[in-house]
Amino acid sequence: MASLKTRAASDIKGVNAEPLSGRSMQHFFSAAEEESFLYPHAFSVDFNKRAEFDAGDLSTTQINAKIRELMSDGNGTVVVQNPMAKHSLGVGILNRLQLYFEGSLGYFGCGLIDGPNVRIKGRVGWSCGENMLAGTVIIDKNAGSCFGAAIRGGDLVCMGDVGGRTGIDQKGGTIIVGGRTGAFSAFMMQRGRMIVLGDAGNNLGDSMYDGIIYVGGNVESLGVDAVDAEMTDHDVVWLTRKLRNYGLDAPRGIANMRKIVAGKQLWNYDNLEPAEKKIVL
Amino acid sequence: MQQQPKTGAGRKGKSADQPELQTGQHVGYRYDVNLLPDYSRLTPFLKRYLEIMGWDDLNWLEDVHLGYEEGRAAIFDRNLNGWVTVPDSIVLPDNQQDRDMLARELLIRFQMSQRNPLVALKDAYDKR
Repeated sequence: MASLKTRAASDIKGVNAEPLSGRSMQHFFSAAEEESFLYPHAFSVDFNKRAEFDAGDLSTTQINAKIRELMSDGNGTVVVQNPMAKHSLGVGILNRLQLYFEGSLGYFGCGLIDGPNVRIKGRVGWSCGENMLAGTVIIDKNAGSCFGAAIRGGDLVCMGDVGGRTGIDQKGGTIIVGGRTGAFSAFMMQRGRMIVLGDAGNNLGDSMYDGIIYVGGNVESLGVDAVDAEMTDHDVVWLTRKLRNYGLDAPRGIANMRKIVAGKQLWNYDNLEPAEKKIVL
Repeated sequence: MQQQPKTGAGRKGKSADQPELQTGQHVGYRYDVNLLPDYSRLTPFLKRYLEIMGWDDLNWLEDVHLGYEEGRAAIFDRNLNGWVTVPDSIVLPDNQQDRDMLARELLIRFQMSQRNPLVALKDAYDKR
């Protein structure tokens, strides 16, 4: 077998030979670091430097590469014309950026983003903002199913209605729905906040482990281990601030919204007796 | 705030395991993971960070709280999937809202540092 003649960068830097035992993040950390507000590898962009391009004849890969190229040139505001509902647009952006889509997106739009503020002047398909880490995404019209699937942070806002399984496996962040949401919303939610200003479908918060759901309209039914909780003044203050950021308000007033949390019966599911499991389920 | 005996992440210590072993129940967190931030307690550093990012509130940092790892104050860093210990020299505030703000500021300082361990890993393994 021919032997490799080139050495990987990791070999040259000694990463592979470095002893791992006894290592701790603490060794790297100093609270007196000089102030930096951007990731070390982030592009330095200026929000006042604006660029736009027509995506009509470009493929998904070309569009995403173009956005990256514009960021590397220092453009802090990028406008994408004619996205034509293509899938997986605006994904994996780990940078501060003002990004505008002048039209609808297909499936898995704006997933895995960490930092940008995105505005979509149209609709989105399934799983918009999936695994989103930070930033804001605002959709002017409706969204499909699995809106914000496995989201970990940031604000994901749909001004219209969304489909079923909204925020499935949500691990953080805030999902805001201006209209209605479908069945099994907040399914297996683990942390974070979901705000639905309209009605919610069947089995809201089914098998949720933690997190908070606020609903402004009617709830068709709650799922397993989702229970009502008392709205506090702090909830109202936080909701007022959050909704104001996006020009939204609760139709019956914020103080009258319904708050739903985990009953935490499923936290110890393995230890429950069969009879107890029947009660929970 | 009710102080629970330990974090979900710090289960390796023998003493920390005792309540769970004895009761057969998961005990929970030492802090309220659902606590909503009090914006009157924002630090100047965090205000500057939000301004640079173009956000009107704490955004993803709303989910960051000061936790505990092996009995020491620590912050969970999702990028590393590990806990970053708070230096002993830092005095912790006496309430969770201020502790959480401190945690948010320290986490940003750590993640954005040129000495962050992910910088070396990116240099070594990044696809070019």
